[in-house]
Amino acid sequence: MSRHYIVDDPVKQQFLLDREALVSGAVLADEMAKIFAKCWIYVGHASELKKPNDFVTRKVAGRPVIFCRDGRGDIRCHFNTCRHRGALVCTEPEGSRRAFRCIYHGWTYRNDGALAGVPGSEAYRGEFDKTQLGLRSPARFESYRDFWFLSLNPDIVPLRDYLGSATEYIDLIIDQSPSGQMQIVAGAQEYDVAANWKLMVENSVDDYHLPTTHATWLNYMSNSGVKIEVPKEGMVLPTRGLAVDLGNGHFTTDNINFRGRPVAAWIPIYGEEAKPEMDAIRAELVARLGPERAKRVCDTNRNLVVFPNLVLNDGSSVTVRTFFPDGPGKMHVTAWALGPVEESQAARARRLDAFLTFYGPGGFATPDDVEALELVQQGLANWQDDRWTEMSRGMGREGDQLNSDEHHLRIFWRRWSQLMESA
Amino acid sequence: MAEVTRADVEDLFYREAALLDEWRLEGWLGLLTDDACYYVPPNDHPEGDPKTTLFILADDIVRIRERIKRLMSPECHAEYPHSRTRRLISNVRIVSTSGDLVTVASNFVCYRYRRYERIREYVGAYRYILRRQGSDLRIKERRVLIDAHELGSLGSVSFIL
Repeated sequence: MSRHYIVDDPVKQQFLLDREALVSGAVLADEMAKIFAKCWIYVGHASELKKPNDFVTRKVAGRPVIFCRDGRGDIRCHFNTCRHRGALVCTEPEGSRRAFRCIYHGWTYRNDGALAGVPGSEAYRGEFDKTQLGLRSPARFESYRDFWFLSLNPDIVPLRDYLGSATEYIDLIIDQSPSGQMQIVAGAQEYDVAANWKLMVENSVDDYHLPTTHATWLNYMSNSGVKIEVPKEGMVLPTRGLAVDLGNGHFTTDNINFRGRPVAAWIPIYGEEAKPEMDAIRAELVARLGPERAKRVCDTNRNLVVFPNLVLNDGSSVTVRTFFPDGPGKMHVTAWALGPVEESQAARARRLDAFLTFYGPGGFATPDDVEALELVQQGLANWQDDRWTEMSRGMGREGDQLNSDEHHLRIFWRRWSQLMESA
Repeated sequence: MAEVTRADVEDLFYREAALLDEWRLEGWLGLLTDDACYYVPPNDHPEGDPKTTLFILADDIVRIRERIKRLMSPECHAEYPHSRTRRLISNVRIVSTSGDLVTVASNFVCYRYRRYERIREYVGAYRYILRRQGSDLRIKERRVLIDAHELGSLGSVSFIL
């Protein structure tokens, strides 16, 4: 009999989550098998590998991998483990190498994965076939517009089909670039949060928390000359925002901007001298995309979740953020800034500065998000005596769904429980 | 003002450490020049430039002042209650002098406790550019280099490190 973690009652307009889902080691083991080993999982961006032979190493869904370009420039992903006795074959975080040599016994692999050298190979007499002993790769490895994903599930649908309507929101971010090419900026923010990884999914799109959790950020904006409207009757946020279901467990917020955007909604923090260039950026967008789409690029903020654990925030700046569980009560977060490849030095500096007004471990907002998630996790120690998380906000609302409701959080949890309840 | 000595620099470092550990942040502001900046580079690019590299933190004086307002607010949830910090500073060196500017460096360990949380140890180097202003030595640039390869279990840099 399969286990049910959610109560999803359209008649009572009630949605409850069993808090065991956020604290249990058994649930995490199940998630590794039914979610992280079954879905498409983000690995990295093509721009991190500029030239042939460039590589980075990282852990994806608990697996150490090498994300690299081979000598021909093709992008590849190998499991970072020697076929001989299992050691990591690459220990550097990034660099350029034609081959990876295991320090243990010296087995050497070309960066296309092929086993090139085995010291003393004449000692192998039986079935020893070097052509079968190249570095292993994930079952599937595909990209959408430079965002590379792996899947450990050989039977999964193609990435493009998996992403479905989420591609429209990825495209909207990439439209910032005249050439349609974005790049990851140097400098990764890597930090742990002592909370279940799914709380970060919720937090990334939950706009209900903004006025309370981020009161000091709103003050900072207001002190810096950003006009923060008092929310209209029945609202909790200064401007209207939507929560949009993109299918397959993906969802996004889609909000009218009030906070300034490097592309291209000026606020005083950017300085008077930024105005002419920002006007030019907007004019280019209007000319290239037409006034309507340019307005969407410039004047809306969107926090997109690609199920299960990739978040693309297009708000105060563009963030690529991914996170993996490290036990049920802890996650490891990695966040990067993303910008157009042709951006001027001044515009790039503005983008990075704007990033730090809100995001990251030294930002004016993220540390308070981290605090909120950690307080949730600490409170959840009571889960056996206070079992259900209440997530019914906005349930039964007709028409457009609001970013300050919990519609999009329910989309996540429905998809999550569907996968967890599968055999 | 006579040549800046290591003792002068140590006095400044120690005074600053006391102000920060005691959360006398307005007093700390008094040690900075009117054009001061405060940087925490990312762990993977400690020598980066904030114009081209995503930092953990890169404040000009305007944002330093805003950061202090935030830190002193009870609505700064990450630092309410305030972390208890204790910083130990050593290996103080004068690196170079150019006109009224003096580049100095030191090692530091900053222990941080919060509520009943286990200790977090921030270990690294301070690299400052100081400016001589009359008989005073003020901080013009404050760069905090963290030795860890990633923030990892250090979590946020939600206080003045």
